[in-house]
Amino acid sequence: MKHLISIEDLDRGAIERIVVQAERFAEVSDREIKKVPALRGRMVLNLFYEASTRTRSSFELAAKRLSADVVNFAASGSSVEKGESLKDTVLTLSAHKPDAIVLRTPWAGAAELVSRWCSAAIVNAGDGKREHPTQALLDVYTLRQRLGQIDDASIWIVGDVAHSRVARSNILAFQRMGARVTVAGPPTLIPRGIEELGCEIRYTLDELDSADVVYALRMQRERMSETWVPSTREYAAWYQINARRLTPRQILMHPGPVNRGVELSGEVVDSPQAVITAQVEAGVVVRMAVLYELLAGAREPHPVSAGASGAGNGQLAEAPAVAPAPPPVGAGRLA
Amino acid sequence: MSAKEPLTGGRQAPAELLLRDVHVLDPRARIDARHDLLVRGGRIAELGEPGSLEAGADEELIEGHGRLRLLPAFFDPHVHLRTPGQEHKEDLETGTRAAAAGGFGAVIAMPNTDPVLDSAPLLRSLRDAAAREARIPVGFLPAITRGLEGEQLSEMAELRQEGALGFTDDGKPVRSAGMLRKALQYQRLCGGVLALHEEDPTLSRGGSMNEGAVSAALGIAGIPTVAESTMVARDAALAGYEDARVHFQHLSCAASADAVADAKARGWRVSAEVCPHHLLLTDEDVRGMDTSMKMHPPLTTEADRLALIEALRAGTIDCVATDHAPHARDEKEVPFEQAPMGSTGLETAFAALHTSLVLAGVIELALLVERMTAGAALFELPTPSIAPGEPANLTLVDLDATWVAGEHGWESRSENCCFAGRQLRGRVLLTVAAGTLAHRDHTLAMVDA
Repeated sequence: MKHLISIEDLDRGAIERIVVQAERFAEVSDREIKKVPALRGRMVLNLFYEASTRTRSSFELAAKRLSADVVNFAASGSSVEKGESLKDTVLTLSAHKPDAIVLRTPWAGAAELVSRWCSAAIVNAGDGKREHPTQALLDVYTLRQRLGQIDDASIWIVGDVAHSRVARSNILAFQRMGARVTVAGPPTLIPRGIEELGCEIRYTLDELDSADVVYALRMQRERMSETWVPSTREYAAWYQINARRLTPRQILMHPGPVNRGVELSGEVVDSPQAVITAQVEAGVVVRMAVLYELLAGAREPHPVSAGASGAGNGQLAEAPAVAPAPPPVGAGRLA
Repeated sequence: MSAKEPLTGGRQAPAELLLRDVHVLDPRARIDARHDLLVRGGRIAELGEPGSLEAGADEELIEGHGRLRLLPAFFDPHVHLRTPGQEHKEDLETGTRAAAAGGFGAVIAMPNTDPVLDSAPLLRSLRDAAAREARIPVGFLPAITRGLEGEQLSEMAELRQEGALGFTDDGKPVRSAGMLRKALQYQRLCGGVLALHEEDPTLSRGGSMNEGAVSAALGIAGIPTVAESTMVARDAALAGYEDARVHFQHLSCAASADAVADAKARGWRVSAEVCPHHLLLTDEDVRGMDTSMKMHPPLTTEADRLALIEALRAGTIDCVATDHAPHARDEKEVPFEQAPMGSTGLETAFAALHTSLVLAGVIELALLVERMTAGAALFELPTPSIAPGEPANLTLVDLDATWVAGEHGWESRSENCCFAGRQLRGRVLLTVAAGTLAHRDHTLAMVDA
């Protein structure tokens, strides 16, 4: 795996490999010193064309826990505001020789384009309304933590599917993992043709109790002014996930940030069924696994100790004189 | 009412040629046989049996070996030459060179330039420039509304006196039915076909490609085909009511073709064109998000594509137009949603249609030639014809020649061609436009040898 651009590029085996690796990294997160030297000397560039606190800091933390160097480049307040094109920005930043570029843009397909312009591994952290593959991977991870496996689970994705890259990546990823996916929301926000991705469509939540997992999407306030729905009030009346609609056996997910009182009622956010903070936690370990997979060249699941071996050190890996596998943890020790 | 010659350009020295033993195909003249053809002083001087004519001292001899086809030069009623103001994309010289390379003997340029072509002085200077710089004759359609803003009519009568072929707001629809109606009424005074880009902006707003399964999968906002077809139906009805003459540009979907068929059945004076890319590509070709596949109207579904071919065959759609829309590399080398709309098409139109429609047995070569020359009459211009005494408007093609689009670069200044990289069969070897030699392919000498 050279890049992570779309869930379409991953088969079930690849998704499982990343999830299993993430589970190993989760152990690290519980230790007092949360760092492994797997990507020491590697550089991860966060290139963000959209405001993002969560995703960016999650990637930053993931890279740092793998001992990589991290550079954050936000489009605002930079050369981009002076009219520099995406291509020129990427070429310029490539001069610093990043090993991976984590890219978020408002444009579908941008990650693919960038992968053609430079030699770094590209991680798509959201390209317009198209995909957000690491979100889908962390959602699969979170669900497996809860359910063990998600084969045959019924997952409902509820809300503004049309403008949601999370929805698209998750429809693909959940189905790859054997789940059945239904999208539900107002007809104005369910894109024509989405059923060809293999999901069912519902315009009401009448059958929501058939779901094992309810995945609510963020309802952006600007959609109201664009008259996609008549009002927040009407949207909430028809599509809000609240205690009345959510049954106790169902798991509630949300990619954050939550609009309390719009797509979710306050009481369900705070309920034990909600795994929203677990999703945030999963974000770091899954992104560690993704960076590790791309940069350390892991081909099959193996323990962190083996994974942090020579392969992670690039050229050094080929030098036979290098000492055997460095220890998995303990940032203070020499690898 | 037009007081001036409708076309300017292509005024080099007249061609002196003997085309020996070429297979002449002119569907309107019902010629489909091997002939010798002599061009003298830019006119077709003689049409004789193969091997019957001898080249004089002044005439270049081109051997057809009974194999090369000689066709009436193609006519493209829809190109963007980007002059004035966007010469980094194309200019009168490069655009008409590209046209000649594609076998076109004349083209009609659109007014969405910078400034917009909406005044007589600008039209005059542009026609003067075309007379100096254009390789083949160029006609101009100035804007229906000033600045293409849809608020106020341009000075249509004065523009017609200055040589306007007709009018269009191409690139944009005339959004207001009331405004279009005024233009249709004013046509009674000044004449000139009104060519219409049909799109309801309230339906297409924000879209970058056809709405459907592909746009849903890519997360790209879609443009529904009804954005076009409802406007075709509206404007056909307006034209019928005012008994006006309108031409629908670049039809992209089955529903639009149906609306045109309905209008024609009612006797309304409408005509329509279709682009090679809508006949040959679909929104599935957008999956790779190649920005050369982004155009207005967008590539639609396979069902639409097949309906458009059928409409072209049946004559519901009158002619082929390229909508040649050059953009600079840096403008297209951006994410799909940011890229400007348009593909170049002059250099590939015939070869692409020949390869995918004629060779595939979908339509006959004669029909393709008819539809690629029919645009002239729609704009009240003489149709190129292969007959003694006629001005030489000729295209010599090698139907067996295989080439890869763009392999040796382009005559156009821009390279944003949706057919780039495709293997095509059929190559234009020679174009004579308005009696002058406008294009000679670099392989012609090799064919001769």
